[in-house]
Amino acid sequence: MVEEDRQDLRQFVDDLYRAESRRVFATLVRLLNDFDLAEEAMHEAFTSAFVKWQEEGIPQNPRAWLVSTGRFKAIDTIRRRVRFDESLGEIAKRLDHEKDQFAAIDEENIEDDRLRLIFTCCHPALPPSAQVALTLREVCGLRTEEIASAFLTTPPTIAQRIVRGKQKIRDAGIPFEIPTVPQMPQRLDSVLSVIYLVFNEGYSASSGKTVTRCDLSEEAIRLGRLLAQLLPDPEVVGLLALMLIQESRRTARTTPSGDIILLEDQDRSLWIQEYISEGVELIQRALRTRRFGVYTIQAAIAAVHAEASSPEVTDWSQIIALYDVLSRIESSPVVELNRAVAIAMRDGPEAGLTIIDDILTEGTLSEYHLAHAARADLCRRMGNTMEAVNAYRRALELAKQEPERRFLEGRLKQLS
Amino acid sequence: MKFVCLGYIDAAMWESLPKEEAEKAMEACMAYDNELRKGGHFAGGGALSAPQNGVTLRHQDGQVRVTDGPFIETKEQIGGILLLEARDLNHAIQLMSKHPGVRMGPFEIRPADDAMNLLILEMSERLAREAEAS
Repeated sequence: MVEEDRQDLRQFVDDLYRAESRRVFATLVRLLNDFDLAEEAMHEAFTSAFVKWQEEGIPQNPRAWLVSTGRFKAIDTIRRRVRFDESLGEIAKRLDHEKDQFAAIDEENIEDDRLRLIFTCCHPALPPSAQVALTLREVCGLRTEEIASAFLTTPPTIAQRIVRGKQKIRDAGIPFEIPTVPQMPQRLDSVLSVIYLVFNEGYSASSGKTVTRCDLSEEAIRLGRLLAQLLPDPEVVGLLALMLIQESRRTARTTPSGDIILLEDQDRSLWIQEYISEGVELIQRALRTRRFGVYTIQAAIAAVHAEASSPEVTDWSQIIALYDVLSRIESSPVVELNRAVAIAMRDGPEAGLTIIDDILTEGTLSEYHLAHAARADLCRRMGNTMEAVNAYRRALELAKQEPERRFLEGRLKQLS
Repeated sequence: MKFVCLGYIDAAMWESLPKEEAEKAMEACMAYDNELRKGGHFAGGGALSAPQNGVTLRHQDGQVRVTDGPFIETKEQIGGILLLEARDLNHAIQLMSKHPGVRMGPFEIRPADDAMNLLILEMSERLAREAEAS
């Protein structure tokens, strides 16, 4: 083989690894029922692909070839281990036995395996921190170091979460399967919240290395797209839309030095229209099913903002109506707070302030810095400087993220 | 695989229940246990007397000390134990979600420690063989 061909093949295998390795891995996990064995087998399969394909040419279905080779590699590994542990003999026998049934690796099955892997990694029996770490590691293929830097923790901590997670999957008998229809809503909730958690970790780039965290949002959107393709549930589509519309504002929402720019002050020409129009289309699709939930409504609210060419022409009545729907599906003080801010925008600050004061009297949000910041802003707009200063101070006491603190300090300086 | 299901119950709530309703609830539980039996999923279990009837043993300063009542004082206490045979955790959750006991209090599902149980089984079989031989 000439050197040039070898280079081409190397490139082909590298591209294939990027595109297919997680699919191959997901199928191997199902067949072998063991994360570590599957990982090892997948790497061995890709290594031998490069060698074999040089001699024999690229097979017709490289993906199936990789799965099948990975499986043989795993059987070899198990056989080697059997010499040390008799009990493994049964597994090797079973894998040998399933050989024929395995011959047909159809595409649909491989896609199902990815879905199985997502649901396994996000199983509610695992602690949320392990769900996130496992999903990013096993479904997205991120390295332990990358996950650690994104979540501002050390690689050993993440490695431990992954190891414990895998251990629990094995010991508690968490199966590699897609939930049945009656179990679906609860299990899907858990999957969606993991994806949204990953997205938000990348979106609120308050601290840490901005670059990695931005990657994390892209990773969440990629996961969302994958899930929407595999499982066309309206809320999956709604979450993808929500992430896309939020992502469209990324460059507009902070100054180059990392200071917050409020929605009303953002340069709307920086918003990525492609993301917005894709998001809006997805929302319409989700709304048409009439089986949508909180992610779709939140996406719809974000879309109303996105479609306004300037803050002044924002359709606040539409936003208030959407908040009403949201609080019917899932009532929460934070939703009430956001609704109050929207009312203030439509009916004037006094109307909003009355509601916010009621919410604060109830007490659940009295330690939430954004509640005080919203109150401060309304007092400022009403010209009640003293009240505004007091509320900004209270918000500053409670705020933890640096950019938010800088923003509140800036507002205080303006007022004094 | 085997799962141990611990059914918790709020004793005060249970006692305040009218006799008729309590009986109905018991019957519903028994009926579902029978369903589990028919499917080969019921591997044993039983109800527990009130926690205040029990004692807790603790090893302290080289001695075993006995105190009355349960180990943890909470509103809900274990009211019964069920040994479940299921394919995997999801199957166990699916089976126990339909158990009427879940409506009375939280149910904890814990996988049995198979390796340890195998040792225990081997031990009992060995003792049985030894007893037969003597």
